[in-house]
Amino acid sequence: MGLKVVEEFLNACSGCELSILNMGETWVDVLKELEFVHMPLLIDNKYFGQTGEGTQIEIPEADIAIVSGSVRNEEQKQVLEEIRKKCKILIALGTCATNGGIPALANMWSKEEILNSIYTNPPKDVPAWLDRVYALDEIVKVDVYVPGCPPHAKNIADAITALIKGETWSLPERSVCDSCPLKREKKASSGTVKRSLENLEFDPEKPLDEMRCIMEQGFLCLGPVTKAGCRGDSDAPRCIRARIGCRGCFGPIRKGAKPMVEMMTAWSSIGLNAQAVPDRRALLNRFIGAHNNLRPLPKR
Amino acid sequence: MGKTLTFQPLTRIKTRTKMVINLDDNGNVTDAHMSMLNLRGFEQFCIGRPAEEMPRIVNRICGVCSCDHHLAANKAVEMAFGVSIPEAAKKLRRLMQHLAWIQNKILQFYFLTLPDFLITEPPRDIMALMKANSELALKAIKMRQLGAMLVEHFAGKVIHPIVVVPGGFSKPMTETEREELLKGAEELLEFAKWTMDFAKKEVFPKYSEIIEKLGVIKTSFIGMVDNGGNHEIYDGKLRLMKADGEIEEFNPEEYADYIAEDIQTWSYAKFPHAKKWGDFALEFDNPTIYRSNCLARINVCEKMPTALAQAELEEFREKFGRPCQYTLLYNYARLIELLCNAESAVEILKDKEITDQNVRAKFEIKEGRGVGCVETPQGTLIHDYEIDKNGFVTKINIIEGPDQNAAAINLSLKQAAKQVIKDGKYDETALNQIEMIIRAYAP
Repeated sequence: MGLKVVEEFLNACSGCELSILNMGETWVDVLKELEFVHMPLLIDNKYFGQTGEGTQIEIPEADIAIVSGSVRNEEQKQVLEEIRKKCKILIALGTCATNGGIPALANMWSKEEILNSIYTNPPKDVPAWLDRVYALDEIVKVDVYVPGCPPHAKNIADAITALIKGETWSLPERSVCDSCPLKREKKASSGTVKRSLENLEFDPEKPLDEMRCIMEQGFLCLGPVTKAGCRGDSDAPRCIRARIGCRGCFGPIRKGAKPMVEMMTAWSSIGLNAQAVPDRRALLNRFIGAHNNLRPLPKR
Repeated sequence: MGKTLTFQPLTRIKTRTKMVINLDDNGNVTDAHMSMLNLRGFEQFCIGRPAEEMPRIVNRICGVCSCDHHLAANKAVEMAFGVSIPEAAKKLRRLMQHLAWIQNKILQFYFLTLPDFLITEPPRDIMALMKANSELALKAIKMRQLGAMLVEHFAGKVIHPIVVVPGGFSKPMTETEREELLKGAEELLEFAKWTMDFAKKEVFPKYSEIIEKLGVIKTSFIGMVDNGGNHEIYDGKLRLMKADGEIEEFNPEEYADYIAEDIQTWSYAKFPHAKKWGDFALEFDNPTIYRSNCLARINVCEKMPTALAQAELEEFREKFGRPCQYTLLYNYARLIELLCNAESAVEILKDKEITDQNVRAKFEIKEGRGVGCVETPQGTLIHDYEIDKNGFVTKINIIEGPDQNAAAINLSLKQAAKQVIKDGKYDETALNQIEMIIRAYAP
């Protein structure tokens, strides 16, 4: 038998797990080297034993743990800590795990405000919410980061293959723009950033490198401040292939980056007025609200 | 002294849940329930977001039915703004939904369900299926992958798609894409036909005894229908059907007159129910409790929209009646729909008008309320938004597919638990039968 693997989703949507399956036949090959001992989406291992009689959360020992989702409540925190105790290498899978992801938009409100707005009488006998949404590395040590919403199947395959060979893996510190084939002229065609209410200008029969840069067309695209990696082996970033601007789902290019500041610079460098960009704070932190990037604003 | 069994997490399902079973001194079931362990709070944190960005945010509610959330959000925004979309965009959306459902249904049937029927001893999972019948498992893995990659091919992304936009679609389909997709869709149709035959010969007949007994409850049903009362998943009316066949039909935007959501202290799920039909209580035979998703859809509809699926529906009704209350037959209904999805995808792709260049309508931001409703491979989905004059969301209510079955799942699992746990006797295989009932609903 090969390396033992634990896979778990926390404050998540199961999209990352489907991305694992999107490896297709590569996944079948990978399975020859790995033994999954825990993976709620696909296999039946339970924390309190198979007949439900255990008294504490137990997760099997593993060489590699793959965890998707952020940490929202006490139960998820406990499960993550148990996984960390039992594994040698921990992979944070997906942008929820690496940076909080979309669910960390919740960090703009206090937990009480959210629960009281969703329920007239919030449920009590359920795992209690933590004060905010946390990325995995705010709770435990993370060894490998595979960001993306969802991550690209190729990146997951590459990361796992590297670990099987005893190597480590990370995405290069490049931006989506660095991996984008669109044509740039270094100046915007209009003065202000427009909301995405109409389609971009392009000829669908012509290749992507004959289409003008989305930002230069005056529309929102977070390519300059977003980590590259979503294109896998294809010819362009995923949203660009759909003729749509990037919204930052792979998170910042490097640790400690300041997307808010860097994006303002990117806009002004091509002569765009960013004052009209709606909902800027939530937009530029849409996938990275953990690590205290988003927090409740003081009441006016 | 009595005893409590805790099954956490429930497995081969797509949400974080646990099941608790309480036993009395003699080891018989006194109570059982399934709780949703997680809440993310989309209904709060989407407030303040620009309406046109909503389809790219709420698709993250569910990785499995992200396409359906994406569509529902667009429809809600379009209703609020008063936009009607070009014909080609409608075709592209329908195609995308059918293709997304195909790979979902393959996942649900082969990866999550079939191990329960084909593997006699634990572990029961896709890896075990690979050992027991590698040809079958590999075929399923390949076909699921094909379905997913067809969506990626013309839409950029299959999980959390971005290509549907308020007003239509972000790009037209080229003729080359159409031809390539058609080939893929035809292959999936052959696989759907094969799957239906295989399941009718090798799977369901061997389990007829437990199908007629395990987790069977009597409930109402909900599902979308078109103007003729036929099976519909993208745009139509909602139809409620009582166990005795009585029908109520309404436009999705009127849902609040028909449906209310209850709260239980032990779950983050909400419990939608047909408030028109009485007071809600989580009890057997309460007429307000309905079921949603595939079995419900094929129960409430008059006909399926495609030929092969319609023939299967007729055979199904001949055997099991209408409405059919056998919980495990969600798995059968799912395959009738799989066939319908594949037939529909092929049909749409044969229509050359899908490559029309006009795929997005022009519109202006205005204040209003919009309700977007679509079916999902987990149940009927409703997105309800209020939008201010600047195009920002001010209020949001979402009724999610899995929640639509929250009440029914709890009743069926309680019924199943009472059947499989007797006088303190149970083992992993018996307990798994309770989870088979939960999995049938595909939460």
